[in-house]
Amino acid sequence: MRFTKDHEWVSVAGDVATVGITQYAAEQLGDVVFVEVPDVGKTLNKGDSLAVVESVKAASDVYAPVSGEVVEANGSLSVTPETVNAEPTGGGWFAKVKMSDPSQVDGLMDQAAYDAYLASL
Amino acid sequence: MSGMSNVGRPTRPNEVETRPATLTGGRGLLQDEPLIFELNGWEKTGVDIADAELDASDLGDLVRRDPIDLPGLSEPEAMRHYVRLSQKNHAIDLALYPLGSCTMKHNPRLNEKMARLPGIGDVHPLQPQSTVQGAIELMDQLAHWLKTLTGMPAVALSPKAGAHGELCGLLAIHAAHDAKGDTARRVVLVPTSAHGTNPATAAFVGYAVREIAQTEDGRVDLADLEAKLGPDIAAIMVTNPNTCGLFERDVIEIARLAHAAGAYFYCDGANFNAIVGRVRPGDLGVDAMHINLHKTFSTPHGGGGPGAGPVVLSEALAPYAPTPWVTHGPDGFKLIEDATGVAAQSFGRMCAFQGQMGMYVRALSYMMSHGSDGLKQVAEDAVLNANYIKARLADLMSPAFPDGPCMHEALFDDHWLEGTGITTLDFAKAMIDEGFHPMTMYFPLVVHGAMLIEPTETESKHELDRFIEALRALAQAAKAGDVDRFKGAPFYAPLRRLDETRAARAPKLRWTAPQGSNLAAE
Repeated sequence: MRFTKDHEWVSVAGDVATVGITQYAAEQLGDVVFVEVPDVGKTLNKGDSLAVVESVKAASDVYAPVSGEVVEANGSLSVTPETVNAEPTGGGWFAKVKMSDPSQVDGLMDQAAYDAYLASL
Repeated sequence: MSGMSNVGRPTRPNEVETRPATLTGGRGLLQDEPLIFELNGWEKTGVDIADAELDASDLGDLVRRDPIDLPGLSEPEAMRHYVRLSQKNHAIDLALYPLGSCTMKHNPRLNEKMARLPGIGDVHPLQPQSTVQGAIELMDQLAHWLKTLTGMPAVALSPKAGAHGELCGLLAIHAAHDAKGDTARRVVLVPTSAHGTNPATAAFVGYAVREIAQTEDGRVDLADLEAKLGPDIAAIMVTNPNTCGLFERDVIEIARLAHAAGAYFYCDGANFNAIVGRVRPGDLGVDAMHINLHKTFSTPHGGGGPGAGPVVLSEALAPYAPTPWVTHGPDGFKLIEDATGVAAQSFGRMCAFQGQMGMYVRALSYMMSHGSDGLKQVAEDAVLNANYIKARLADLMSPAFPDGPCMHEALFDDHWLEGTGITTLDFAKAMIDEGFHPMTMYFPLVVHGAMLIEPTETESKHELDRFIEALRALAQAAKAGDVDRFKGAPFYAPLRRLDETRAARAPKLRWTAPQGSNLAAE
């Protein structure tokens, strides 16, 4: 699993990246009350808004950590947004992206680097 | 004296400790209030309208066939319903309100007196203009003073609130780029601390939004701005003073950089209260700025009245201003209604009629009763009061930007609560028990656990001290480990802590058509 400074995580299988937000992000947001996931087929550039997550505190964009096409979206989050708080790195995933440039993953932080980044905040 | 009772009236209460449940479920004189539709009784009505005798309708199939399901209430019932609801509301008429001009500042009663003058309160927008010359002149005067105070050559009065004003400004910017054939500009830059309405407005107009980073001391990062400006940028939207309560020290350079890149500078004027009479945005290089009349110019808002968000425009954007606007000549005052002739470049109209006349009257009344020296003092006192609060709480709470003075808002983060187990939300709820409405919480988003306090200029030192002492007592209790006081708060509100998460995830929305309503007021 790789991480961004904006607290998204990426899990890669072949050329498909599953994207979600980290435990830290879920805790900072507080109780999530609404999630908007992208349409399947949407093409995203790295850094584009991939999803919108709204908590009792604030609405935030989730940015695409990699470029590619959305091949699957976690539609169940619209009914049970609390999954993002309960299992941020499991059932709370937002979308699966077929990467156009898998080497972009190399530029993301690994667990140790992300832990060090969190400690610096 | 014969026949007069000599029993007397007992004046001392019995000493009963326990509170029995009431027999009807009532709670003293403040009753739980049902929805107005649940108060319905079709047999009564507050008005008595004779059945209309209509000729054949031109509406054809569009004529309504079903009753409109209005509840039937007598006049006292309808009045009591709304008065009871108002009693459940907190208001600036009840206590210091630390949300400040951001939500609504004190509404001077003189404004209300002016708005109720028959020649003003009773006019109708469909009257011939020759019969409402005074009202149009009033709009002209308001426009004059808004232009004078901002140092800008033009103003569009009609936008109905701040965000509507933002829309007006960005539509003018869009029209100006289009007129130059400069159609490749598809991006608007906003700082990370911006009001949520800024990116929302830009997106609504069809622009992509990109964020500008913030410096350590809470201002726009000039290097980041310069790096992001380019031929694709239509405008930048910057709030000044910004949402951290800080003056954008580099605002003139921000304007220069934007203009050099061919972009326009939209200023969010939500915080104009801090600089009115002291700084003219036109002198800073602003191209468009909305003025929330309910914020700076004391008109009612937040459920108390409609908003009004006039937009001042630079020379470059003025030709694209929305209609209508006021002109005057030998035949008196006139509203330019159509986007033809002198208004041929206008981007059109933002609303029916001329905007919120009632708010124009109140805002002008506020300006004229304060005068230019009074308005200058408004800004000075608003800033002084915020700095007084910041200074008196700085030893217990943590100011988000401790260096230098703030403008009209004192911003604290939640570092001072670390290790207490108490959050900003808990602290805010405990303020309710002490008799104060909470401040703005968790905004701006760039500050962790933000607490944003705006006292405005109308609070006396005595009131400010009362507020400060309450916050100091709470802060000391938090640091002393009195956690239950915060986690359980509010204890003294009509309802205890509400489940905001459940309210948002599973809102309970209900409406029942009144029984027999087809017989009630139709």
